[in-house]
Amino acid sequence: MPPAVRFRDAVSLAGRFPLLAGVTVEVGEGEVVHLRGPNGAGKTSLLRACAGLVPIVSGAAEVLGHDLVGDRQSVRREVGLLGHRSFLYEELSVEDNLRFAVRAARAPVAGIGPALELLGLTGRIGGARAATLSTGQRRRVALAVLVARAPRLWLLDEPHAGLDAAGRDVVDVLVAEARRRGATVLLASHELERAATIADRAVTIVGGQVVAVPAGAAPAGRGEEPLVAGEVAARPAIVGEVGCDVA
Amino acid sequence: MWRDAALVAGKDLRIEWRSRVGLNQVVPFAVVILVLFGLALGPSRRVLAPATAGLFWVAVLLSAVLAVQRSFAVEAADGAGDGLRLSGLDAGGIFVGKAAAVTAQLLVLEVVLGVVAALLYAAHLSGFVMLAASCVLATAGLAAVGTLYGALSAGSRVRETLLPLLFFPLVAPVLIAATKAWQAGLQGRPGSGLGWLSVLAVFAAAYLAIGTVAFGPLLEDG
Repeated sequence: MPPAVRFRDAVSLAGRFPLLAGVTVEVGEGEVVHLRGPNGAGKTSLLRACAGLVPIVSGAAEVLGHDLVGDRQSVRREVGLLGHRSFLYEELSVEDNLRFAVRAARAPVAGIGPALELLGLTGRIGGARAATLSTGQRRRVALAVLVARAPRLWLLDEPHAGLDAAGRDVVDVLVAEARRRGATVLLASHELERAATIADRAVTIVGGQVVAVPAGAAPAGRGEEPLVAGEVAARPAIVGEVGCDVA
Repeated sequence: MWRDAALVAGKDLRIEWRSRVGLNQVVPFAVVILVLFGLALGPSRRVLAPATAGLFWVAVLLSAVLAVQRSFAVEAADGAGDGLRLSGLDAGGIFVGKAAAVTAQLLVLEVVLGVVAALLYAAHLSGFVMLAASCVLATAGLAAVGTLYGALSAGSRVRETLLPLLFFPLVAPVLIAATKAWQAGLQGRPGSGLGWLSVLAVFAAAYLAIGTVAFGPLLEDG
């Protein structure tokens, strides 16, 4: 089975600034992979590249069989991105936002009700305008969109941020459920311990590149100690060159 | 593409209906323009009545910029524009949908402005078919150009001033043709306006075609 995500020396630029400085990574179908690294390392950029939102200017990048170098659009219906922003229309209600996103993705509208219920968005809140929601509630709506769309590849950027304890647990359940259904999950998170409990393995990004796990350290995974120290300090030159304010 | 266009148009019109920006701000703005024109030209009906068509269309043009800016402002909030790109909707469908929503809003505005112009300038709204046809064709052209250049300017830090700068010179043919067609209708000589209607139709068709093709790259670069 071909990998869900395959990047080889992939470079992405914002103007002349490197967002990804030669990323090489493979993620298998059905895997849950934790992306970690310091602020500005390129985690968000990698997730956005997987969603076809930023161009790959050199190297190779393939997601779910779509060649992102030649065509960034065709992959988008098959991926779901939970970004720093919620992608919601302020004037539309929670339900209207979900209905639009689901119909646009050509996903079955029957999935809207269960998604709202799962994220605790039923009742009055379902009819509330997105503009009136708190940060955590907006996050829940964005997650509900992903659940209702049921993409093949979940791209989660700090999925626990802004959520209360119950909401953070729901995220973990959603990731587990996505994996059970055969979806692939890439999640960027600074919450190393929590991410380690839901991810199969971790990939470290520094300065827009995937860096090797230090010798002697076990790869982070379920039940294993996540890697924390070492990588950033080991590559100060790269961080200094391209790592700041990248993502 | 048409399914995607209907989805986007429905979404944009629902947003406008909920926010009432068009009703509460754009319509009063356009009416105020007509009133100001009346004040500037004086109360003489002999001056105002012949100028009705031109003043009407200048007010529509100015309002069209606001409608287009609003159409792209809703995509800028909370990363909705990225959400639109991620949705997988056909770019041509997004263009047609957004242009259709702007057209619908401007047509409602033109009905209101037509009544106000008739009252303020003592114009007789005869030749209704000519007036209506020129409104539909001219508005489709304005919306197509506005949506195309709205996408182009949306990513710019100076988008508020860039859009009018790009938009007004390009729609000068629409202003001229729509004014001539309206004058023909108001003067009860609709036959003399048919040529101008053709100009409006060609302009609208050309920019709808260009926009359908060019909107994708603009959306990606924006």
